[in-house]
Amino acid sequence: MSSLYKKNIIDHYKNPRNFKSLKTYNKRGFLSNTTCGDELEVFMYVKKSIIEDIGFQGSGCAISIASMSMLTEHIKGKNFNLITNLSDLEIFEMIGINKDTPRSSCVLLGLKTCKAVNDT
Amino acid sequence: MKIESARKDIPILKRSFNDRPLIYFDNAATTQKPTVVIDVLKDYYENSNANINRGLYSLSHESTKLWNNARDRVAKFINAQHAEEIVFTKSCTESLNLVANTFCRDFVQEGDVIVITEMEHHSNILPWQQIAKAKKAKLEWLPVLDNYELDLNYLDYLLLKYKERVRILSVSHVSNVLGSIVDIPNLAKKIHSVGGVLCVDAAQSIAHIPIDVQNLDCDFLAFSGHKVYSPMGTGVLYGKKHLLEKLNPWLTGGDMVNSMDKNSVEWASVPQKFEAGTQNVAGVLALAEGVSWLENFGWESLCLNEEKLVKTCLAGLLSICNIKILGKDIDSKRLGIVSFKIGDIHPHDIASLLDEKGIAVRAGYHCAEPLHKRFGFGPSLRVSFGVYNTQDEVKDFLNSIRSISNRFF
Repeated sequence: MSSLYKKNIIDHYKNPRNFKSLKTYNKRGFLSNTTCGDELEVFMYVKKSIIEDIGFQGSGCAISIASMSMLTEHIKGKNFNLITNLSDLEIFEMIGINKDTPRSSCVLLGLKTCKAVNDT
Repeated sequence: MKIESARKDIPILKRSFNDRPLIYFDNAATTQKPTVVIDVLKDYYENSNANINRGLYSLSHESTKLWNNARDRVAKFINAQHAEEIVFTKSCTESLNLVANTFCRDFVQEGDVIVITEMEHHSNILPWQQIAKAKKAKLEWLPVLDNYELDLNYLDYLLLKYKERVRILSVSHVSNVLGSIVDIPNLAKKIHSVGGVLCVDAAQSIAHIPIDVQNLDCDFLAFSGHKVYSPMGTGVLYGKKHLLEKLNPWLTGGDMVNSMDKNSVEWASVPQKFEAGTQNVAGVLALAEGVSWLENFGWESLCLNEEKLVKTCLAGLLSICNIKILGKDIDSKRLGIVSFKIGDIHPHDIASLLDEKGIAVRAGYHCAEPLHKRFGFGPSLRVSFGVYNTQDEVKDFLNSIRSISNRFF
């Protein structure tokens, strides 16, 4: 059996991309996973529907942090509407974990947080 | 029976996960089932299935006799004075809800005090929180001290301040996170001094130490069958007979009245008035078999085996850098539950990595969020032992933990 913890996941966990809070932002989202205590907060600066900048803060397991890190890389510079259309399956494929995993709530916490953003 | 033979009785332990033999260390969540227990379920449905208490035919009579016999056996298991003091439920949770929704409904008034503790499982918090709200009663929490003991001074203070208005104290016999044993007879003495009652959540002690309700002097005691090598969907509420007799039923329905008409009802006697509707007869018969299976190993060797597993586990864990144990130290008497974390490594990651080696542990708050928050601990990993666990399994687990903490992060 191959490990859940592939190199890309460890890399993104140890060096999460866009791990910062934004000084200037107009959308913010926060979600926690109550069963494990993971908390993610995401900030976006969206101009003319384009995500010009994105940052996230929080604490969590390697899977939830890596997944969020990869997601921010994926959506930065793209149309904000992309988030609404992103499916769970695309996130599993992006991070390289089979969707039939006991860790699905960790994989998907980042996407859920991005989908839960409100205007500030 | 020798304890070494326990493994052979448990079919599921032959399974492998991720190409490694299963090491099952989540016994505080549920225990695995011996063949004798599984056989009872099959045998009941193949040979004795009929609804109890109401059929006049031989098959129903046989089923009823088996049911009553199971009650006798469970009563003996916890040394209840009367078999009628055993109420069958579907879970420990239901048993605790039953007490909250019967005793508190009739015997707690506005401004009375219900006491629980910071170390409780959510199932011994939420029923009291909800009934306290409904009755406008005060819900008081006994703090857990830094040494993981309950703050008995605070209990004394409450008893002095509110006196007979303290109606009930509900407490775990053993915390599902800390593993340490609460001195129940002492709490019974204290709460009885003001005329209050003591309810004990024995979910985590029932399969680990002999339970004698008369010695404990508790008024109610709840446990589930599935944590004592028996089927899920079975639970027990012990209640002192004179108390159960005073309570009105919570669930109402079939097979729990002597008589009724359009405007009135006469409840059946205890325990039948608390067992409305068709019961999990097969499950309860299997529960009676499960507790017998466990007792056959002898409590002395059961306790000794578990003590050795805990000592090996704690000693091994304490040799690892950045380990933090949530609970008492290695020299204290504690049952087979060890909760911990390693540095900043998230417990879910460690649990997944252990799973890749076939080792099943629990990660998270274990339905005891207030306790984790009390110690600012965040989520933890928990290993919990059963009768079939071995020293070799603990050593395998410790090797895996060492390699995860050394190599992975």
